[in-house]
Amino acid sequence: MTDMTAGASAAPKSSLLAQDERTRRRNAAEARFKLYGVIAITLAIVALLFLMVSIMKNGSGAFFQTFVTLEVELLEDKLDKNGNRDPAEMAKVTTFGYSPLIKDAMAKVVADNGIEIDGLKKPEDLISKEAAAQMRNFVLAHPEMVGETRPFEFVASGRIDGYYKGRVTMESAARDSNISPEQLQLADALKAAGALETRFNWSFITWPDASENRPEVSGLGVAIIGSLYMMLVVLALALPIGVAASIYLEEFAPKNRFTDLIEVNISNLAAVPSIVFGILGLAIFINFAGLPQSAPIVGGLVLSLMTLPRIIIPARAAIQAVPPSIREAALGVGASKMQTVFHHVLPLAAPGILTGLIIGLAQALGETAPLLLIGMVAFVREYPAGPPEGLFDPATALPVQVYNWTQRADPAFVERASGAIIVLLVFLMVMNTLAIILRSRFERRW
Amino acid sequence: MLNARLTASALAITAVSATAATARDQVQIAGSSTVLPYASIVAEAFGENFDFPTPVVESGGSSAGLKRFCVGVGENTIDIANSSRKIREKEIAACADAGVTDIVEVRIGYDGIVFASQIDGPAFTAFEPADIFNALAAQVLVGDKIVDNPYTQWAEFNPDLPAVEIIAFPPGTKHGTREVFEEKVVLAGCEATGAMQAMIDGGMSEDDAEGACMTLRTDGRAIDIDGDYTETLARIDANPNGVGIFGLAFYENNTDKLKVATMSGVVPSTESIASGEYPVSRPLYFYIKGAHIGVIPGLKEYAQFFVMDEIAGPDGPLAEYGLVSDPELVETQMTVENEEPMGSGS
Repeated sequence: MTDMTAGASAAPKSSLLAQDERTRRRNAAEARFKLYGVIAITLAIVALLFLMVSIMKNGSGAFFQTFVTLEVELLEDKLDKNGNRDPAEMAKVTTFGYSPLIKDAMAKVVADNGIEIDGLKKPEDLISKEAAAQMRNFVLAHPEMVGETRPFEFVASGRIDGYYKGRVTMESAARDSNISPEQLQLADALKAAGALETRFNWSFITWPDASENRPEVSGLGVAIIGSLYMMLVVLALALPIGVAASIYLEEFAPKNRFTDLIEVNISNLAAVPSIVFGILGLAIFINFAGLPQSAPIVGGLVLSLMTLPRIIIPARAAIQAVPPSIREAALGVGASKMQTVFHHVLPLAAPGILTGLIIGLAQALGETAPLLLIGMVAFVREYPAGPPEGLFDPATALPVQVYNWTQRADPAFVERASGAIIVLLVFLMVMNTLAIILRSRFERRW
Repeated sequence: MLNARLTASALAITAVSATAATARDQVQIAGSSTVLPYASIVAEAFGENFDFPTPVVESGGSSAGLKRFCVGVGENTIDIANSSRKIREKEIAACADAGVTDIVEVRIGYDGIVFASQIDGPAFTAFEPADIFNALAAQVLVGDKIVDNPYTQWAEFNPDLPAVEIIAFPPGTKHGTREVFEEKVVLAGCEATGAMQAMIDGGMSEDDAEGACMTLRTDGRAIDIDGDYTETLARIDANPNGVGIFGLAFYENNTDKLKVATMSGVVPSTESIASGEYPVSRPLYFYIKGAHIGVIPGLKEYAQFFVMDEIAGPDGPLAEYGLVSDPELVETQMTVENEEPMGSGS
C-alpha cells in the first residue's frame, strides 16, 4: 500500500486532486454501468407494476357481486301439482318450471315499488339464470315451504353486475343484445328501493365453474380443491423420492460413469418442456395404468415427475453445502454413515431442501400445459369428494381456470380470469414468502 | 418392519386406484371448442335437474376430440365427442379398428359464421363472397388475367366499400370454422368473380383451381388467428380497419363492440340461418359411444336432455346463446331415443 502511494507520488504527472484521462474514463464507465443497472431494475419494476395494476384493476371486481332480493311466491300448482310434498315427485319439476315464478316475482317488485320505465322488456333478465336452480334446491330441501311467499337473494346477471363495476354503460347497453338501457334504469330503481346491492363476495373463491350463460356465478371452488389435491400428491411423492435420491447421490453413490449419466439426465429432465410430461402422463397413467381422466391424482403424478428434478437439484446443492468437517467429526466419534447423514447432514441441509421444495411446488402450481393432455383443462362443476377418493374425481386447477375463462365469449369472464390470477398470485406469494422465511430463519452459514 | 409398512401402503394405494378406476359415475365429453359453450350450458342444467353428476366437458378441437373418441371402449375413454363438422369416413374406420362401433350421431343445430368489424370503425355493412375473395385470396382476376392480389384497399374492387386498408382476421387452419369460411365464402367468391373459370381455362384441373382459389394471400393482410375468437376481438379492438370472422354466438355476446356485415344481402341471425337464407353456416354435432350407453350412468339421459325442445329448441338457452336450432329436432330426438347408430338406414 505504502509502496503504491510512494510510486504515485514519484510520478509527477499525476495528481490525487486532478484525475487523469484514464481514471476519468474508468470512473465514467462505472457510473454508466450503475446507470444501466438502475434502468434495468426500473424497467422491471415498471413492467411488474403495470402488470399488477392492470390485473388488480380488471380482477378486483370479481370479488364483488351484485345481488337482488325478491319476494317469491312458491306457487303450489307449479311446483307440487299433487300437493303431497313428496320431494321425489317434486324433483320432476325442472328448473324451467321455476323460471315463471321468478318472472312473476320480478313483475311484482316492479309494480310494488311503483317503478315505471317506458319500453322495459324482460325485467327478469336482471336475475342470473342460476336463480331457478337456487330455488329448486331450496324447495327440494324444504318441501313444506311450498305455497308460501319468502324472500330469496339472487345473484344479478353478469351485465347488471358489470353496470355497477363500470364495465357496462348506458351507451354500451343500447348496442348490446343482452341488456337494454331500460333494464339498467330498472336496476338503478331497484337499488334506490334497497332491493339490489353490490357487496364483497367470498363466493368467488368457493363457487364452482359456471357455463357461458352465467358468468356471474362462476367461481374457483373446484379449481382450488383440484390444485390443492395435486399439491398434496406432489408433496407426498416428490419430497420423499427427491430427498432420498439426492441423499443417495450425494452421500452414498460411488462416483462413476453411471452416476455421472444419472446426474446429466436429472439436469436435462429439469429443462424438459412441461407438455412432454403431459404426453408421458397420458400414455402411462391413463392409457396403461387405467387411472381416470381429469383426475387430480394423475395431474399430481405428472406434476411430481416434472417437479422431481427441480427438487433434486437444490436438495443436492444444500447437502453439498454442509461442510465435510461435520461429517468427519460425526464419523470420527463412531457414527455410522447413515447416522451421520440423518443426525447431522440432513438437519443442516433441511432449510435449503425445503426452499427448493416450495419453489418446485410453486412452479407446479402454475403449470397448465401438462394438464391439457390428461383432461384437466375442462368444464367441471362437481366438487371432488374428500381425500382419498376425491383424488380420483374430476377437477381442474387454478391456472387452468384462468386459461378457460380467457377463452369465453362473455366479457364478464375477463374480470373472472383476472380475479383468478389474483388468487393464484396470492398463493404463489405465500409459498415464496414461506420459502424465504425458512431460508433466513434456519439457514446456517459457515 | 419398514419394508412391511412400505408394502402395506403400496398395496393400499393400488387398492384405492383399482376401486376408483372401475367406478366412473360422470359422463366425459371432449371435442370442438365451438360446441363447448353449448355442451357446458347443457351439462350445467343437466347437473341441476338430475341426480347424475354434472358431466365433464373438455375442448381441444373437433379432430382431437374425435381422435380421443376413437381410442377405444372403456372407462378411461371419453363417452361423447363434440364436433363442428361431420365425422369423416377415415375417422369412422379408425374408430372401428379400435372397437368403437355403434356411434350415435346427434346433430344439435347450426352455427353461423359472421363478418364483423369495430362498431365505430369504417362502414363494413355489406359483403358479397366476391368482395372477400378479392380482398383475401392470393390470386385474383384483374381484367381477364389471374394475377397476384394487387388490392390494398376495399374500395379498389368495390366502390361501395370503404376506402380503407384491407386487414382481415380469418380463423387459422386448425379451426373447423376455417373450412366453412373457405368453402362457402372464398370459393363462392372465386366462382362469382370468374377467377375459377379463368384458372381452369388457363390449364388448371378443377381440383387445382379450387385449391388455388382457397389459398389466402400471405402479404400480411389476411392474418390467421389460431387462438380463439377473444383473440380476434382483441385484434379488432386494436385495429379499427380490421374485419374479423366470428361465430354467430360470439358476435351476439359482444354486440356492444362489434357490428356485423350482411353476406349477399342477408343479415346473419338465428332466423336467417335456420331458413338457409344466410349462406355461411355449418351443422354442429356430437357423437355418442354406443357401447357406453347403459354402462356410464346418465349418458343417455344427457343426450336426451340435450336435444329436448326446452334446451335445443328455438326458445331454449342454447338458442339464446346463439345456436341456430335444427328444424328437424324431432328426428334427432328419435335417433337418441332409439340409440340408432350411424348408417343404420335412418
